[in-house]
Parts: sequence; structure tokens; C-alpha cells
Amino acid sequence: MDLAFTKEDENFRQEVKDFINKNFPQKLKDIDKRTDLTREDMLSWHKVLYKKGWIAPQWPEEYGGTGWNITQRYIWDQECANAGTTPLIPFGLTMLGPVIIGFGNEDQKDWVLKGILSGNDWWCQGYSESGAGSDLASLRTKAEKVGDHYIVNGHKTWTTLAQFADWMFCLVRTKNDGKPQEGISFLLIDMKTDGIDVKPIITLDGGHEVNEVFLEDVKVPAENLVGEENMGWTIAKFLLGNERTGIAGVARSKKAVERLKDIASSEYIDGENLINDSDFNSKIADLEVDLTALEYTELRTLAKESKGEGPGAESSILKIKGTEIQQRITELTMEAVGHYSNPYLTPAFERQGSNYLTIGPDYSHGVAQNYFNTRKTSIYGGSNEIQKNIIAKMVLGL
Amino acid sequence: MDFSFSEEQTLLRNTIQSFIQDNYDFDKRQAIVKSEEGMKQENWKQFAELGLLGLPFSEEDGGLNFGSVETMIVAEEFGKGLVVEPYIQTVVTCGGFLRRASASIKEKYIPGIISGEDIWAFAYAEPQGRYNLNDLTTTATLDGDHYIINGYKSVVSGGPWANKFIVSVRTSGDQRDSDGISVLIVDKNSEGLSIRDYPTVDGSRASEITLENVSVSKDELIGEEGKGAELIELIVDETIAAICSEAIGAMKVLNDATVEYCKTRKQFGQPIGKFQVLQHRMVDMFMQYEQSVSMTYMVNLKLDEEYAERRKAASGAKVQIAKAAKFIGQSAVQLHGGMGMTDELNVGHYFKRLSMIENSYGNIDHHLKKYSSAG
Repeated sequence: MDLAFTKEDENFRQEVKDFINKNFPQKLKDIDKRTDLTREDMLSWHKVLYKKGWIAPQWPEEYGGTGWNITQRYIWDQECANAGTTPLIPFGLTMLGPVIIGFGNEDQKDWVLKGILSGNDWWCQGYSESGAGSDLASLRTKAEKVGDHYIVNGHKTWTTLAQFADWMFCLVRTKNDGKPQEGISFLLIDMKTDGIDVKPIITLDGGHEVNEVFLEDVKVPAENLVGEENMGWTIAKFLLGNERTGIAGVARSKKAVERLKDIASSEYIDGENLINDSDFNSKIADLEVDLTALEYTELRTLAKESKGEGPGAESSILKIKGTEIQQRITELTMEAVGHYSNPYLTPAFERQGSNYLTIGPDYSHGVAQNYFNTRKTSIYGGSNEIQKNIIAKMVLGL
Repeated sequence: MDFSFSEEQTLLRNTIQSFIQDNYDFDKRQAIVKSEEGMKQENWKQFAELGLLGLPFSEEDGGLNFGSVETMIVAEEFGKGLVVEPYIQTVVTCGGFLRRASASIKEKYIPGIISGEDIWAFAYAEPQGRYNLNDLTTTATLDGDHYIINGYKSVVSGGPWANKFIVSVRTSGDQRDSDGISVLIVDKNSEGLSIRDYPTVDGSRASEITLENVSVSKDELIGEEGKGAELIELIVDETIAAICSEAIGAMKVLNDATVEYCKTRKQFGQPIGKFQVLQHRMVDMFMQYEQSVSMTYMVNLKLDEEYAERRKAASGAKVQIAKAAKFIGQSAVQLHGGMGMTDELNVGHYFKRLSMIENSYGNIDHHLKKYSSAG
């Protein structure tokens, strides 16, 4: 056991820092992150990393990974968070990529992975349905094999950023008898196919991130099946395990705590800086302790993973604690801002001729919306209640 | 001891309930929020017709001479409908100041509130002041028979709709002294007053107000010059009591909606309400609500007590309501799952309103300090 960084690690950190510094797109630095980023904006950092060969640190080297050890991956995440780089779109890199590497055929490994790495293919996740949320296995979107095609009919919901997607990886029902888990298959669907209709869902913070996707007689070539027919549930679970590991977001939460401290240093309470208020300060300290514990839990998980032990049910801890901490940070940030959390200042408001950026301090803008939006994290990716069920069953054997 | 409502009070509640039913279902509320004005003048007229705008004023001033329990009933029912029209701002807060003003001020301004002609807002907060009502950099200096006001007021709730403001100013003393604070009436059209309006996250509207050499007659002073702090604290406590009442209305809707949803939403072959972990969460929501109702009754019954008693009642109620608002709001969204995150369902809107109530007129830390220093 050893916590120290070696000289090589420190050299690597410097290399990474310099690279980010030089190559992170200037436009993304200047952009107001609360306004909707365009598809191109979201992909611009991706393309830089692809060119450098650093786009998929979590993949095996032979498929385009970086070959970094866990310390290097940790340093990479930390430096990206410190620099405030735009988060990469996870659907291909974190979710589908490992699935294809584990379950795809040679042909799929070729075209799917290439499209993910280059950023040419934007993927979205066709999992949830209105009747199948926590109970994902009860999904009803149906795929019928007709000749060398599947004909897909049904409805997916909460599909994040589907409005930008070229492709969707989709759980479909291919068998109705037996246990519901045994009749599910994993299909890759081209979003340009006839019969697909994407409708926005506006969330309580006013944003458009998620969508409904309607599928009517959508023709999908049979070779777009991943793995065997009816083994989709195994793949789905594998994918959710990976999603959970990525969800902890330690480095980004650390950065958000720094930002919270900056805000508390600018705000006043009875003529003193809020950061010096003992009540508020101990809340920040409490948060930092939780975050440190999560950081080391994540490192232990990564260390296990690097020895070839896949993310087990323990990764549910990362999801639960990670999201609780993210939510707590947004709560405290809103608290720090005080009265100025209330103005709802949007670009639409700007267009009406008022300069919203001049209302309240810059750091107050979007703080409440962020708090509202972050409530989703304990719901998505398997709600935190479901994660606790997983730990109870798989780890504690209850 | 008796916690029951009189026949008259029940009648009042029924009146508001049928107003909400007819004019304030969720779709209608959203249409109002999204309209250019952000409130509905017709509703305001109806408040006047129903006598609601005259509720707390004495009969002598043309009002109904009702007490805090009646105000609580109105605010609670408005909370159930997420009413955005600035009833509390105008009638409870600014009305509270005017009721304690000189005979000439009462005569000049109260009829305009009761008739529905005037809408008022209280401009007290300043960027540096957080929740300390005495932390004021806005100044007023007497020049002949006029006060000249200079300063800045932030997040004035209902500001865009108001044509009159009550403004807290410093007429002497240092920035956070309790001595030297005065309360002035300022007309929106005053020369030197500039205002920037914006929507708020909870569906209301607010303003930033800059005062640059705004001149008001010294007849527009409420109470004694330099002695405003006590009056402001009293009115804010009355406002807190009303906001707590609004909050318990909103909590009730969220709790009922959540229980109903969990009874009907099926996953794993059964209603999710059958899962014990969710049952216990809903029981906790229910208990938080009941505790909040208790504290709301308590504060509304103790507004006329001596200072320390009132201070503890108001701060205690605000702490309980803030805790419950957060817990119930967050839990309602969580138990509704993805649906709770949508703009389309009412749940998120109640959550947003409750989140703003949590911090308005002082958050938990602020009121815990107030409570413990009250002795």
C-alpha cells in the first residue's frame, strides 16, 4: 500500500497539464456553460483528444485505449476537472464501448468503436420506458425478426441528448414467455431510420436534455444485434455497472467544492466573509470529509478493476455516495448565494432586451437551476433505492 | 386550549378553495406564470371583491379586522394553488407597515390596497446584507422637508407588479446598527428610481432597484425616524408566519400527490407504495408536514406576544418549515422518479417554490442563531 506519487507520475501530471492548457478549445473556455452548448461545442474537446490518442483511457490499449495505469487515469481525471474541461459525452465512451469490446463481433468492434473514438457517431441510450424505470426488465418495446431484419415498435423515454444522436443502443423485447429478463436483446439502431420520432422533455430547471423516442415499424438489420438474441439483460447489467463507476465524479465534485469555497469567500454575513462563518464552514468541512472517503473508495475500486476484477456490486456505493455529494454541493452553493439564487435568468430573457448578466454576482447565475437539475442524479442510472437493493442482495446476501 | 376553526374561518377557507378550483388549476397557473405580465389582474380584482385585500385592516380603515389565523388560512390555501399574485407582499408585509403608520398615511394608502388599485412591495434586501435586516447601505438624508434616498435594493419580490414600495433605509449610524434605520414609502414613478425586472425560479417576478437622489416627502416616513428596526422585525415575523402558512399548503399538495402516485405506479408487478423503504420515506414526509403545521399554528398564535416569545416562535417555525420544505420537496421529486423532474408535472413547481421559501427571510442557520440569542 502506498499513496505517494512517483517522479514518473509527477512528470505525467505536468505533461497532462501542459497539454490541456495548450489544447482545450478557447471557445469552450469563454462560453457561458449555462446556455445550451451546440452539438459541435460538445464534441470539440472530444476531437482534440481523439487526435492525441487520449480519448478512451478506460479502454484496453488494443482497441484505442491509452494504456495508462490507474494512477495515471486518476491524475488525468483530476487535471481535467481542475482545468474545468467540458465533460465528454459518455454514451459511446463509457457505456457502449466496453459492451462492444466484451460482447460485439469483429465487424461491430470495427465500425462501432471507430465511430465512438473519432466522435463521428453520437450514441444515445434506449433503456427506460414509461412503464419500465426501476423495473427495467419489464420493458415492452418489441423487436420482431422478419427475414434479415428486426422490426421495432415501442417507446423509450428519458433518452438523454437523443436530439443530437446518430445512433441508439436499445434494449428490446424479443421473447415474451419465461422470465422477463430472458427475452431481452441489445440492438444498435440508426436514428435516421424511418419511423423514429424524437420529442423533447423539458425538465424543471427549464432545460432540454432528455427526450421521448417513439419507434414505429423501425427496420433494423439483423447484424446490428449485439451478442446473442435474448442475452440483452446480461449486457444491460454489465453496462450499468460501468455507468455506475463513472458516475462517482470525484474530481469534478472536488472542483465544485473549490468553487463553493470561492463563492463563500465573496459573500458576506454580518460584515464577515461567509467562509468564516463557523456554521457554514463546518458544513463545507463535512462535505469534504465525505468526498475524501468517496475518493479513496473509488481508488480502491479502480485498483481492483485494474487487476481484472470487473466492477462488482460495490460500484453501487460510488453511485449512491457520488450523487449524494453532488446534490449536497449544489444545495450548499445555492445556500451560499442567498437571495440571488432566486432570479431565473436565461438567454431568452436576454433576448427581451435586459442584460441578465448584470443581475447579481456572476457566480449566482444558474445556481438554483443546477440544484434542481442535479436532483436527477439520484433517480437515473438505477435510482439510489435500487442501488441499495443491489448492495443488500449482491454484497450482503440479504 | 382549542385548535379548531370557527364557522366564519371555515367559510373563508371554502371561499379560497373554490377560487383556486375555478381559477388556479395547474394549467391556468402555468399560463399566468408564462404570460408577459406574470400575474393576472383579474384575479387581483377578485381578491378585492372577496374582501381578501382588506382582511387585516381595521374596520375604521375600511378593512375586515381579521387576525393572523385568517391570514394563515388564506396563505395556506394560496400555497396549495401556488398562487403567484403578491398577496403576502402587499397585504401582509406592506399592509402590516401601513396599519402601524400615522392616521394620514393610513388614510392616504390603505383604501388603494383594499380596492385592489395598488400593489405594494417591500424593498429591504441588499447584496451585502444576506438575511440581516439591519445591514443597510441605502441611506436617506433629510433635506428641508424631504428625504433624499441613495442606494440599491436586491431581489424585491413582486417588484415588477408594484406601484408603491416600502423601503428600509439608514438615516444615521453605522452599516449594521439597529439604531438609525427608517422606513419610507417610495412611489415607483419617483425621479431617480430605476428598476430592472426579471422572472424568478419559483414562477414569480422580482426586481433590482437603484435609488439615486430619490426625493420623498418626510410625510412618507412610517414610524419614528431612526427607530424602524423593531417595526421591521415585527413585520418580517408576521410575513414569516404567512410564508410558513403558504408552505404547509404546498407541502400538503406534494405529500398527497406522492402517496397517490406511489399507490398507482407499478414496478416489479406491484404498486411501488408497497415497498417498505418508500413507505417509510412517505411516513417521514407526513411527520415533517404535521410538525410544520404545528409550528405554523404556533407562530400565528404568538405574533402578539412579547419580543423573546415572538422571536423564538417565528425563528423556530421558519427552521422547521425550511427543513420540511427541503425534505418533502426533494422526496416528492425522488419518489415520482423521472416524472418528478419534468416541467410538465406540477410536482417540480411545488418543489421550486418550497426551495425558495426555505431561504426567504432567513435560512436555517440564520434563524437558529436568532432563536438561540432570544434567550
